[in-house]
Amino acid sequence: MKSKRDIGGPRQPLLQVSELRKYFPLKGGLPFAANKSAVRAVDGVNFDILKGETLGVVGESGCGKSTTARLLMQLIEQDSGELVFDGETVGSRALPLRQFRRQTQMVFQDSYASLNPRMTIEDSIAFAPIVHGLPKRQAITRARDLLARVGLEPERFAGRYPHELSGGQRQRVNIARALALEPRLVILDEAVSALDKSVEAQVLNLLLDLKQEFGLTYLFISHDLNVVRYISDRVLVMYLGQVVEIGSADQVFDTPKHPYTVALLQSMPSMNPLQRTTVAPLAGDPPNPINPPSGCRFHTRCSHAQALCAQRAPLFASAEKGHSVACLRYEAGSGVHFNHNHVEVAHG
Amino acid sequence: MSAIAPLVTAAVAVPAFKRSRGHWANVAARIVRNPMAMVAALVLLSLIFIALAAPWLMPADPFATSMFARLKPIGSVGHLLGTDELGRDLLSRLMLGGRLSLFMGITPVLLAFVLGSSLGIVAGYAGGLLNTAIMRTIDVLYAFPSVLLAIALSGALGAGILNALISLTVVFIPQIARIAESVTTQVRRSDYVDAARASGASAFAIVRAHVLGNVLGPIFVYSTSLISVSMILASGLSFLGLGVKPPQPEWGLMLNTLRTAIYSQPWIAALPGAFIFVTSVSFNMLSDGLRAAMEVKQ
Repeated sequence: MKSKRDIGGPRQPLLQVSELRKYFPLKGGLPFAANKSAVRAVDGVNFDILKGETLGVVGESGCGKSTTARLLMQLIEQDSGELVFDGETVGSRALPLRQFRRQTQMVFQDSYASLNPRMTIEDSIAFAPIVHGLPKRQAITRARDLLARVGLEPERFAGRYPHELSGGQRQRVNIARALALEPRLVILDEAVSALDKSVEAQVLNLLLDLKQEFGLTYLFISHDLNVVRYISDRVLVMYLGQVVEIGSADQVFDTPKHPYTVALLQSMPSMNPLQRTTVAPLAGDPPNPINPPSGCRFHTRCSHAQALCAQRAPLFASAEKGHSVACLRYEAGSGVHFNHNHVEVAHG
Repeated sequence: MSAIAPLVTAAVAVPAFKRSRGHWANVAARIVRNPMAMVAALVLLSLIFIALAAPWLMPADPFATSMFARLKPIGSVGHLLGTDELGRDLLSRLMLGGRLSLFMGITPVLLAFVLGSSLGIVAGYAGGLLNTAIMRTIDVLYAFPSVLLAIALSGALGAGILNALISLTVVFIPQIARIAESVTTQVRRSDYVDAARASGASAFAIVRAHVLGNVLGPIFVYSTSLISVSMILASGLSFLGLGVKPPQPEWGLMLNTLRTAIYSQPWIAALPGAFIFVTSVSFNMLSDGLRAAMEVKQ
């Protein structure tokens, strides 16, 4: 069945995101003022999600990770940009929104807020299949199967309400609900961030098992770098609404290229007390996304910044196979070179 | 539509697992343990029973006048609660009058509950331009003090029960719609509605399955607190001669016609008012109990 739905073949990316843009206009000011200021939450994001992979997304708070997730899920509409799901443009005649949504599901961070408090959990899980035309009885049967699959005995849990479950149990319910439509892509927006460490590990392993069993593709958004490294095949780094680096998990974590990624990795507490980070790798808060810096958006906090960085926005350049970075130092002929007096410290 | 293959093909009968007690069962269990609310409910139930069974319970004909038995004091022979300014038996009139008074208290609120919640839920869920259109229109009505609006509408439509009913309904629609809109807007922004939208459900399906269950409770509680207001406003309209017409007994109207007797028989004159007071206080106590029972955080 899986192969039948796999339209473009295994090498066709499952989701291609191109030039995705979302500005949130600020409240206040005159209603029809010509140049209203806006928060540039997502500002020209491009990336592919490959079939069967787990793509991790990392970045500071407010860098546009969650907005990107909501855009991919089409919970909010993009200002511009295109989503291509397995070769078909989302929202086109070939792939209407409703069909796309059946194949893409999302697990939210807040396990309690994402379940209807007045619905039993089996009803919550069965809701989506019923909406898509599955008879109620079969939908309930499926909900119970899924409950068993995510490690909750249906006999004990099916008729309960969300407030009677622990955070970890609720997040399992949310995962079951996301799987009820048999999606191909699951967006996990900080899905394990609110859980205790021990529960988090259990849920992560459950996610890995389910991925195997149902042939899923994950977009895994988290601010926890250790977790991202553990679960991801490839990692994407975002800064101020843009992608600054993308590559395999090993490439990004072992040989980070973008100064922001380097700083982000240095801010991870080390397990070795002798390698304790003593100087803050990144000073200050990220700049205001209403009025982002000119040129490279990171130049205001970058220790490698040169004069040109404030003028030219870097293009995405390939640093090595499968590893791209938006930094002028890697862009051939940009005029910005490596400053070899500066010793780059990869995170050990 | 049937493109989803079931995980389990055999459509065997689904055994019903034990369900936890639902939200409303919990609310009911809590309100039963609230003595204030239970006393209020008992008072209201007996008032409603007396009003409904009035034709069989009345000791005398409430319309029979007697020039010789005018304004008899409480406890007179044959007239337990005395007589009014035309010599009619006050107890019988109070019993029968409860029908119209309760009807005028409950019906406008019920109508406004249906119409106001519909408007508010549509505005809250749709958001954007539709929300602005509905809510600003409603704000125009909201700008008037409710007593003034009720009197103005009744005056414009003319006296009569139906017109008083319409004007009271119009008075309550904006208040209920506002509550409905704000609660719906909150629910609309919740993650579970986002999850339902992400599953491809239509707006109608989401409102039916996810919004109503979370929104109707708070609106209902608010509406019950309006019943007493409605009763008092309806009595006020009758008092002004805009609602019920004589000789039909109604507490507000009785208060009006008896007011001339306030110096000669103050207790008789106060009786209809006491009934209005007890009924509206009971409705408010029940409403408070309901609110308390629903506000418990789980």
